[in-house]
Amino acid sequence: MADLGRAALAVSLGLAVYALVVGIVAARSNRRRLAVSARNALFACFGSTLVAAAVLASALVRHDFSFVYVAQHTNRTLSARYALTAFWGGQEGSLLLWLLVLTGYGTLAVAVNRRLLRDLVAWVVPVLGGIATFFAFVLVAIASPFDTQTAPVDGLGLTPSLQNPYMAIHPPMLYLGYVGLAIPFSFAAGALLSGKTDERWLVATRRWTLAAWAFLGVGQLLGAHWAYVEVGWGGYYAWDPVENAALMPWLAATAFLHSVMIQERKGMLKVWNMVLVALAFELSVFGTFLTRSGVVNSIHSFAKSPIGSWFLAFVVISTLFSVALILWRLPLLKARTKLESALSREATFLYNNLLLVALCLTVLWGVLFPILTQLVQGETRTIGRPYYDFFLRAFGLPLLLLMGIGPLVAWRKASARSLLKLLAWPIATAVVAGAILVAVGAGSSKPGLIAYTFSAFVLATIVVELVRGTRAAGSLFRLVSRNRRRYGGYVVHAAVVLLAIGIAGSSAYQTTTEQRLVPGQTMTVAGYHLTYRGATHIDTPNAQRVQALIDVRGPWSGRLRTGSVTYTGFAGETDREVGIKTDWLRAEDLYVIADDFRPDGAVYFKVLVRPLINLIWLAGLLFVVGSLVALWPDAREQRRLVTRLAPARA
Amino acid sequence: MSGLALVLGAAITIAAVVFVGLPFLREPRTDDDRLDAPSEAEAGRLELVEARDRALAALKELEFDHRTGKITDTDYRVLVGQARRAAAGALRALERSSEAGIAGQQEDVQGDDRAGHNGSDGRGRVAVDERPHHVAPGGEPDQGHERERDPERQHDL
Repeated sequence: MADLGRAALAVSLGLAVYALVVGIVAARSNRRRLAVSARNALFACFGSTLVAAAVLASALVRHDFSFVYVAQHTNRTLSARYALTAFWGGQEGSLLLWLLVLTGYGTLAVAVNRRLLRDLVAWVVPVLGGIATFFAFVLVAIASPFDTQTAPVDGLGLTPSLQNPYMAIHPPMLYLGYVGLAIPFSFAAGALLSGKTDERWLVATRRWTLAAWAFLGVGQLLGAHWAYVEVGWGGYYAWDPVENAALMPWLAATAFLHSVMIQERKGMLKVWNMVLVALAFELSVFGTFLTRSGVVNSIHSFAKSPIGSWFLAFVVISTLFSVALILWRLPLLKARTKLESALSREATFLYNNLLLVALCLTVLWGVLFPILTQLVQGETRTIGRPYYDFFLRAFGLPLLLLMGIGPLVAWRKASARSLLKLLAWPIATAVVAGAILVAVGAGSSKPGLIAYTFSAFVLATIVVELVRGTRAAGSLFRLVSRNRRRYGGYVVHAAVVLLAIGIAGSSAYQTTTEQRLVPGQTMTVAGYHLTYRGATHIDTPNAQRVQALIDVRGPWSGRLRTGSVTYTGFAGETDREVGIKTDWLRAEDLYVIADDFRPDGAVYFKVLVRPLINLIWLAGLLFVVGSLVALWPDAREQRRLVTRLAPARA
Repeated sequence: MSGLALVLGAAITIAAVVFVGLPFLREPRTDDDRLDAPSEAEAGRLELVEARDRALAALKELEFDHRTGKITDTDYRVLVGQARRAAAGALRALERSSEAGIAGQQEDVQGDDRAGHNGSDGRGRVAVDERPHHVAPGGEPDQGHERERDPERQHDL
């Protein structure tokens, strides 16, 4: 069946090239049947890629080791569920997933808009065809998942750290986010190529951008939770280059989701929005390059591979294409209105954009620095956590503050007097919250105290905004249902506040104690008394597990097990198995790591008490709720597009 | 390549070729193979519609901001006059454009009649849209755009 997979991918490549070349000819020469033909090629490309994906999935589930990819990433003991997750556990499978999601998204976006935005879609098709051509080419010529061999008796198996439920959902979520950003990019490029830079592309792609952004956000939070419970170093985000690779396009897309509203309202920031859409897409491809090329050291990155240079070339070419396109159409992107006041909703969006992009570029510099020092000086110099933490505070805290102030500022022009009147309650709430926090001893960390008081301020502004809006609209339901995007956005803001509280609480106020214990000894951490009772060894055919048993007394009493597991094969890979006890009432975790088991029974323990950390995961749930509210289909919005176009076609 | 894979691969290729060629198989010959792209005039009108929507939305934003206490009464009185004038201007511009468009279309039809055509565009459609045009009188809200009358509708974030 590998032949079928190879044939399907070759057909995909041919169809993608056809969509690119014939699509350009059709759009340039304004030929309807040719444009429909190119569009059909894109749809068919999805179909043939789906066949290729089905062939690989079938081979994985059947443990068909005549496929090199299957033999390298699965073995006979691997369950069908994890065998399927091996689809994106390796490089070739991940690239196939990229192409599948891209052509799937492209087919859906083009099919939905093909009647209403026919002129625009004619240019969107070749842009999507161009991106698909690159991925199909890499899959056909450089990194095929359908290479075959004489089937060995068993495969090498899936890396143990990938054998957990998070791996079933975390990578696909990130892919849906990364690849989803290709849709607004294609429509923006289509608008520029066609010279029709009106707002139709914005309206058509709004939900696509929002969905991609939501997937990317959820994917990152799932990754953070996986790192916390599975990797076992006590943290959830390490500013790893590949983690940053997902954060950067998310920040650019966040900036775009805000600035796009200024274009819709005021017809301003057209160039800026094009730049942000291109930046978000280029960063998503760059993120894939970072993960796939092995150019940076990361727990996520794959071994050095020949596709790195191809990806780099694609990033460079597509960036040059984007820049040239924007410069070419600059005269069409001139704003017809100006910012009327530095104290207006538009201005706060602008400040928010500057901070988000500054944070994004700061992270990008941190990621690029080791690569550049290697190129220039011949030695790799990395940028550490203090750099990122400093800029996160420098840009993140003002962003948090703006999140509170922004919604209370009027469009066009606000007066300081009316703004201060509206801010009176939130400021009072923040002051009271700050005073209480200092009284209970939270003043020990200034950044933590600032984050908490700012968070109280933002939550109070959201409440004030909802109360005043409800009074004006008559009911909360009426208020929210009539503008889901706005109020879904507020729910997301509340999620970000919870995230900030969780991050500040778990990092600024955490207690960490490290101690070597022999059986019977006790250590005390933040009110918890932990007594080490001894170690157990469990040997299975695939792994040797060693666990320390700890009895805990204190705010919670019970037994925890923590240790490590060493797998047979995989070069003796050892993973930590941490002991975590969650206290949901206090949103606090007791987190125990056991290491260095000595023959005399002594074990080295690291115990962390992390207050409020679980608010980060709750923030994830709230983020999903807010995104769904904002994403919920709105028939009136579609009517708006139709009625805008109907008179023009009359 | 195994026999089954060969057959399936060939089937995928044939299906793809047929699907891609479908527009030409369905319409081997056509009198009008142009993409249905908006003309310059239509694009201009679209811009005016967008400007109208923005102006009306700004007016509603102003009302909503005033009702929620974000704008003082004094500021509101100053700003609402400007916003109303801008909205009225946008509506008038759109009205003028519609009238010019209708006149242009009527001239085209008369020209076609003189040339002996029957008013069909070659695809069996009538060249002049006989549906009532949805243009509100200058300065009055467009009843056809009820969404624009909703004060909260246009306020995002």
